[in-house]
Amino acid sequence: MTVRPQDACALVTGGARGIGAAAARALAEDGWAVAILHRNSAAEADATVDAINEAGGNAIAVTADITDPAGCESAFTEAEERLGPVLCLVNNAGMRADGLAMSMGDEDWDAVIDTNLSAGFRLTRRALRAMVRSRFGRIVNIASVVGPRANAGQANYAASKAGLIGLTRTVAAEVARKNVTVNAVAPGFIETDMTADVPDAIKESVPARRAGTPDEVAACVRFLASDAAGYVTGTTLYVDGGLAA
Amino acid sequence: MPTSTTDTATIQKVVFDSLETFGAEPTEIKLEATFESLDIDSLDIAELAQIIDEKFGVEIKSSDAEQIKTVGDVVDLVAARS
Repeated sequence: MTVRPQDACALVTGGARGIGAAAARALAEDGWAVAILHRNSAAEADATVDAINEAGGNAIAVTADITDPAGCESAFTEAEERLGPVLCLVNNAGMRADGLAMSMGDEDWDAVIDTNLSAGFRLTRRALRAMVRSRFGRIVNIASVVGPRANAGQANYAASKAGLIGLTRTVAAEVARKNVTVNAVAPGFIETDMTADVPDAIKESVPARRAGTPDEVAACVRFLASDAAGYVTGTTLYVDGGLAA
Repeated sequence: MPTSTTDTATIQKVVFDSLETFGAEPTEIKLEATFESLDIDSLDIAELAQIIDEKFGVEIKSSDAEQIKTVGDVVDLVAARS
């Protein structure tokens, strides 16, 4: 089993709240120093950082617009300089801009693809440098049950998440022999700000008959980032109460 | 740090050391050896490009890949650009 270098850190995009904040906490509990990337959620990011640090962990908040390539680069470099090489990357930042495909504007299409897919690619490309050189890396992409399965009104979101799964599998194959793993976690209905407007009736379609929690997704991220998951790569772990079963 | 007058011996040492790190058999690493014969693949070459960029400030692009077949090709390319 390959053991992660101790001077390394994890970087979690969209880490101020929801699944990202839970993942940051879970990684910190597992001994990772954590950089929380956020765009304009300073108060929530600081609260997550404080909670981790008060629990004995080591976390910082970094402000960045990940849809801006220069912003990605500077945020990544800041995390490296303050916490050490980023050997765990959690591409969690995501957005929705729903609408039927026949009436969806280019802006809504581009914004969702840029945030959910292209930013993940750029950060992955950047992170692989140190990971390949270190012969250790963990990339976890937060995908969705939407993408592999249809969800009317979310053509952009589904395309971005399906793209993220395709990215996951191909990059995993490219870097597997350098002890870098790349996996996706596909949440179903999780109780977060982003799903607050999802009608309760839809949750009835989940075999588990309830929504999931951010902590339940974070537990999977924590496992995939662990030394124990060194032989798990290119896969998608569904955390959906059986929705995709 | 990148320098503008890097001698070939220095470049050769960095390239040879890197190839050994990647798992190439030390006795097989020679200027005329092809990467294929050393079992060095495109991912290794991408990593070597990163090391060269850091050490010598020379960028090796994917479009250069076609003209890089042997260890000596890389050394020559870096020497010409540094």
